[in-house]
Amino acid sequence: MKLTLKIWRQKNASDKGGFATYPVDHVSKDMSFLEMLDVLNENLTEKGEDPVHFDHDCREGICGTCSLYINGKPHGPLQTTTCQLHMRSFNDGETITIEPWRAKAFPVLKDLVVDRSAFDRIIQAGGYVSVNTGGVPDANEIPIPKTVADLAMDAAQCIGCGACVAACKNASAMLFTSAKISQLALLPQGQVERKTRAEKMVAQMDAEGFGACTNTGACEAECPKGISITNIARMNREYFSAVVSSENM
Amino acid sequence: MSWVTKTLKSTLGRKLVMALTGLFLILFLTGHVSGNLLLFKGDGGEAFNMYAKFMTTNPIVKILSYLTYISVIGHVIYSIALGQLNKSARPVGYAESKASTNSTWASRNMGVLGTIILLFLVGHMYSFWYQMHWGGIPTVVYGTEEYKDLYSVVQVAFQQTWMVALYVIAMGFLGFHLSHGFSSAFQTLGLNHVKYSPAIKAVGKFYCIVVPVLFASMPLYIYFTS
Repeated sequence: MKLTLKIWRQKNASDKGGFATYPVDHVSKDMSFLEMLDVLNENLTEKGEDPVHFDHDCREGICGTCSLYINGKPHGPLQTTTCQLHMRSFNDGETITIEPWRAKAFPVLKDLVVDRSAFDRIIQAGGYVSVNTGGVPDANEIPIPKTVADLAMDAAQCIGCGACVAACKNASAMLFTSAKISQLALLPQGQVERKTRAEKMVAQMDAEGFGACTNTGACEAECPKGISITNIARMNREYFSAVVSSENM
Repeated sequence: MSWVTKTLKSTLGRKLVMALTGLFLILFLTGHVSGNLLLFKGDGGEAFNMYAKFMTTNPIVKILSYLTYISVIGHVIYSIALGQLNKSARPVGYAESKASTNSTWASRNMGVLGTIILLFLVGHMYSFWYQMHWGGIPTVVYGTEEYKDLYSVVQVAFQQTWMVALYVIAMGFLGFHLSHGFSSAFQTLGLNHVKYSPAIKAVGKFYCIVVPVLFASMPLYIYFTS
């Protein structure tokens, strides 16, 4: 395959940035999208040019590090992570536009790399459970109904890649935050900090400068892990019931 | 900052205000369209004029009407605040976006649709609401009581082609606004569940078509029958 890549290049956080166009040749249909970028970067490096910076880690679709906005969609045309996207999803001779996630809370650091530490701070605000230290607890010590465990696990599938924010027209982080609130609110272990968690995580989400959800459903449609917006409804219930019943003034 | 103001300043609190005011306005629309069906009665406007008097004099309706004004104003103010926040959350946009593949057009354009509906509302309230309250409109006598003849004002208004066209088009925008707003309000309230969400979605689809069509049929009926 022969492709033309239109890639966002930006030297650093304060640089204005702009698009650069690169032709790539000898692209196999079986390459992953990131492998195709590796080929481009090898060519650039050989020519003495600065390679295109992009985030990636496990390349197995489980870590949530890759984050490219490809041809107008987060993670490209398929509902998967960029690392699990293959070049067979594109046509020979196609021009592919690659942009970084766009959100005030996700500032571009360099080229296609954005700072997603806002997500970390939302987790730090309450996305944890306090447990007693000691030996490993016995399996099934705390009974949890299968249906509840399934819902919690569905929410826990969120890998925090930020595609929800990237897809949302308001750059809202409510799908992410709601998944993290849900996975703990559903389980017995999460009950102690339940109300405080909902209040603090929502407050941190707002403080980071994410937008407000308008229920377009774009996040759910683009989420590589298929996180449902029923989690957002649950977060709303958790938050509203917390503000009227918690001890936090 | 008290917990109430803190909540109302949060994104979720502001969304809650949008949902509650929106749902109240949906209730208002239901009442408004039901009452206006009296225009089809064919009694020369007697029932409609009596209804119009009831709606402007009954104390309970008065309270409801003030709640409606507050809802409209609240819905508008909060939408502006949320709209600005949402705009500022993405200072640099995408060069290419395929939003149509993941969301409906109406859901992405609620602000535009709402603005058009608001502009329509201003004109609509001047044409009928203002005239009913403070305009020098003719009166009729049914039995021994005198009534303001709002029916004749409506009749005159909808003899004009441009008025009829404006009303029909405006109802189209209302339909699109409701097509997202109805079920969206329930989602914001946290009411999303496999047991009843399909019903909410179905009622929303029915409502967003039936109510605007009924409203639009009124000027059309008057235009083509008189």
